[in-house]
Amino acid sequence: MAGVAGDATTAAPSGWQEGAAALPGAGYGDGEDRRREDRRRKDRDREDRARERRGRWHRWDTRWSPYAFVAPFFLFFAVFGLFPLLYTGWASLHRVELTSPDDMEWVGLHNFSRLLTDSFFWNALRNTVTIGLLSTVPQLLIALGVAHLLNHRLRGSTFFRVAVLTPYATSVAAATLVFVLLFGRDHGMINWGLGLAGLGAVDWQNGTWTSQLAVSTIVVWRWTGYNALIYLAAMRAVPDELYESAELDGASRLQQFRHVTLPSLRPTILFTCVVSTIGATQLFGEPLLFSGGAGATGGSDHQFQTLGLYLYEQGWVNLHLGRASAIAWAMFLILLIIGAVNRLITRRLRRSS
Amino acid sequence: MTSTTERATPRGAGGHRLRHRHRHAGRITYAVLTLFAAGSLFPLVWTAIAASRNTTRLAQTPPPFWFGSNLLRNLRIAWTDANMGTALFNTVLVAGTVAAGTVLFSTLAGFAFAKLRFRFKNLLLLLVIGTMTVPPQLGVVPLYMLIAELSWTDRLQAVVLPTLVSAFGVFFMRQYLLQALPTELVEAARVDGASSWRVVWHVVLPAARPAMAVLGMLTFVMAWNDFFWPIIALTQNGNPTVQVALTGLGRGYIPDQSVIMAGALLGTLPLLLAFVIFGKHIVGGIMTGAVKG
Repeated sequence: MAGVAGDATTAAPSGWQEGAAALPGAGYGDGEDRRREDRRRKDRDREDRARERRGRWHRWDTRWSPYAFVAPFFLFFAVFGLFPLLYTGWASLHRVELTSPDDMEWVGLHNFSRLLTDSFFWNALRNTVTIGLLSTVPQLLIALGVAHLLNHRLRGSTFFRVAVLTPYATSVAAATLVFVLLFGRDHGMINWGLGLAGLGAVDWQNGTWTSQLAVSTIVVWRWTGYNALIYLAAMRAVPDELYESAELDGASRLQQFRHVTLPSLRPTILFTCVVSTIGATQLFGEPLLFSGGAGATGGSDHQFQTLGLYLYEQGWVNLHLGRASAIAWAMFLILLIIGAVNRLITRRLRRSS
Repeated sequence: MTSTTERATPRGAGGHRLRHRHRHAGRITYAVLTLFAAGSLFPLVWTAIAASRNTTRLAQTPPPFWFGSNLLRNLRIAWTDANMGTALFNTVLVAGTVAAGTVLFSTLAGFAFAKLRFRFKNLLLLLVIGTMTVPPQLGVVPLYMLIAELSWTDRLQAVVLPTLVSAFGVFFMRQYLLQALPTELVEAARVDGASSWRVVWHVVLPAARPAMAVLGMLTFVMAWNDFFWPIIALTQNGNPTVQVALTGLGRGYIPDQSVIMAGALLGTLPLLLAFVIFGKHIVGGIMTGAVKG
């Protein structure tokens, strides 16, 4: 295609050049003149050819370079993203053990039907939902409040912003290890504080609700500041005029927040909801490390085992890669459902506003 | 988006218009924010305190609130016994490579999607955005089989290569270049006969530099803290990243709590230092990225 188009267009100027060259040297002079004319024409021809070559290269370059620019992404994605994604589906239809991943035995939908009757799977799903709610809802609400406060004219605003964001720089592993100590039953700082307040000590790790609350606390601690900054950015993009007219109408500060700030922030809030939901579905590191040495069971009674952790347990502790693949696809399905519900809610909201 | 609005009405210079919005903070605002900042910083400070004590002291009530004298000893044990030295070196290497690769490839692809014309462009862009919603868990089993097949278990390329490109990065750079890079500038360079690579070098890269810095920092932090895949691809005693080594510590290979805290401190300190130095820029980057994304 490129070659054909190139030839068609380059033919025109060179033909025109030849015709034009014939005009000025039309008179027959002496041999000296003719030789000079000859040389000039040869030079011109060479230049034309060079220009043509450059032109062709130029066209070739503009045509194909965009593909070269996007190629690395798609190349890496194909090998390390798309292929594994599809192959997971294939593997989920087989019995595959980690010890000999080449021996794949076709079992059809067995891995999936097994999941439906697997109480640990439903337990993990339930835990993922409850921990997800316990971590996402307070996280976003607090972030909204903190962003509102940060939106004031502050002395040392940089300090507050950086301080609020530091947990974001802390890894899951480091954060969880510290919180394991803080939530310790016998000598943890949180129980010590509860004792000072006249309340009894809580066995954070072994209770169902308490352990889920503790795991959620780690998530909330790490991500609230990050979300607060995202809200703050959105608040700063709200046009001043909206606040001015609200003030002229005599709206109090709280009313301004409710009727100006919140509606303007709706797209950002939805965005953070989606991102947090995806994050909550994949929760893995916090429950893995919160159980200390217990491994991937998510507590002695699986009380805080999430889907991500259950996948890991099936694949890399119990060595059933096929089952792990089925869990992965189930997680993907759940994400798709959440996405669809989300879209429904968004449309409802848009219609009502 | 934020940068333009803020440039249009700079703080202070805006006079009466801004007085409406950015009211001076009252005492309660300061109090609440200080409390929140303290809550954000406390676990980190306490990590350092616990790392400077010993296990016996950590198992007493009330817990310590001030530094002890064991910091160096604990750091030394974590460094040697828990492989934290190797782990730190590996993590710097991995996070650096991933950040550099992501920034480079994202800038190229983002430029193509923002300013160049080619067939299937919209379809390909849709594909990029679509990949963002695919959870990493979905590919982890075949990915593991792949690296096992290549005998890459416990080797750093197993962690680097799968995360070398990022859909978010491509999208981020596209959004930035759409408005930060004037199309006329690209066309002018073209008319002057510059090749695509010259355009990238002399026009795109200078224009993209601020966004590249932001994306680089965000990717570095993300790669440094990456957990799920490294835990599967690397082992604690072989060739770990910091996160993998910390997991080993937490699972009780070394049952000394103060040493575990020293390890956590070692794994967090480099990023904390970066926050102290570049904090303002990182905050600004997250805020611009948030509105654009």
